[in-house]
Amino acid sequence: MVSANGSDDFPTQFKILIAGGFGAGKTTFVGSTSEIEPLTTEEALTSASVGTDSLEGVENKATTTVAMDFGRITFSLHNLVLYLFGTPGQNRFWFMWDELSRGALGAVVIADTRRLQDCFAAIEFFEQRGIPFLVAVNEFDGSFRYEPDEVRNALDLKANVPVLLCDARDTRSATGVLISLIEHVLSTSQACPA
Amino acid sequence: MTVPDGEGSGTWMRPYTVTNGRTHPTTALQLISMVRTTGRVPPERLGGEHARALQLCHFPTSVAEVAAHLRQPVAITKVLLSDLIDSGAVTTRAPSATAHSTDLLEKVLDGLRQRL
Ligand SMILES: Nc1nc2c(ncn2[C@@H]2O[C@H](COP(=O)(O)OP(=O)(O)OP(=O)(O)O)[C@@H](O)[C@H]2O)c(=O)[nH]1
Ligand SMILES: [Mg+2]
Repeated sequence: MVSANGSDDFPTQFKILIAGGFGAGKTTFVGSTSEIEPLTTEEALTSASVGTDSLEGVENKATTTVAMDFGRITFSLHNLVLYLFGTPGQNRFWFMWDELSRGALGAVVIADTRRLQDCFAAIEFFEQRGIPFLVAVNEFDGSFRYEPDEVRNALDLKANVPVLLCDARDTRSATGVLISLIEHVLSTSQACPA
Repeated sequence: MTVPDGEGSGTWMRPYTVTNGRTHPTTALQLISMVRTTGRVPPERLGGEHARALQLCHFPTSVAEVAAHLRQPVAITKVLLSDLIDSGAVTTRAPSATAHSTDLLEKVLDGLRQRL
């Protein structure tokens, strides 16, 4: 039996979002940090937007789905589990971001140097929601090399938002980005206690 | 891997039939809400999709993982899991805001550093 609070041996769960424009390297990032092969879930568009219990017509309408991929890192020593959710890259799936971002610890915004402007929307979203984030500049081979400060200026980021260079394919590099994000979350929460 | 193969696509096409058309779960569940079997309801006593869901949560598992392994949309999975919660087959824990305490975040940080 489980006690009234239902917490017996459940791990404490955390969620980090991996955002960025189409093809920026979100799935790659999740894959190189996760301990499991990234998994995919599908969210049916119309069931969320229609919001009816009626069976009528649902089967026909529930054909548009949004795929989200996610990974997991467990820290069994402390009974903690961290989930990494790649956000859908296309703007028409913004409605998904509300559920995804609820209760998120923070977000990594992956900037693709070939299309820096593609991550504006994600940055604006996290700024508006007050979700701590950093920008990880994914340097694709043969793409233009930016200094972090150039990216900061181009994206009009506040001074306290960390900007890092990373290679989403590399476990050490991507894990380092997650570490920087947690450090950033800790420093912002200490600066303005809840 | 994760992409549904051709023969499995039947479950994607008619998701609402497994919940009798219901789209709203009776228990509010989030993507990272954890679920785990209580062992009180044997899977044989349940319908196919409920039994499969139950078998996926012998260990604490997130709603998102159950959905991915069932190859069902998240909304459908939530209805199935909330049925299991109602019948006492599964217990759940929602993520809590207090989890974001400095103490726990330091532990996450330690854990990540050990992966380097
Ligand atoms: N050279 C290089 N290639 C990368 C890097 N990160 C990702 N790629 C490649 O870029 C392509 C797109 O990466 P994905 O991880 O699928 O990007 P995504 O953001 O998930 O894309 P969508 O989900 O379609 O928006 C893949 O072919 C990756 O192998 C990187 O750091 N360097
Ligand atoms: Mg992707």
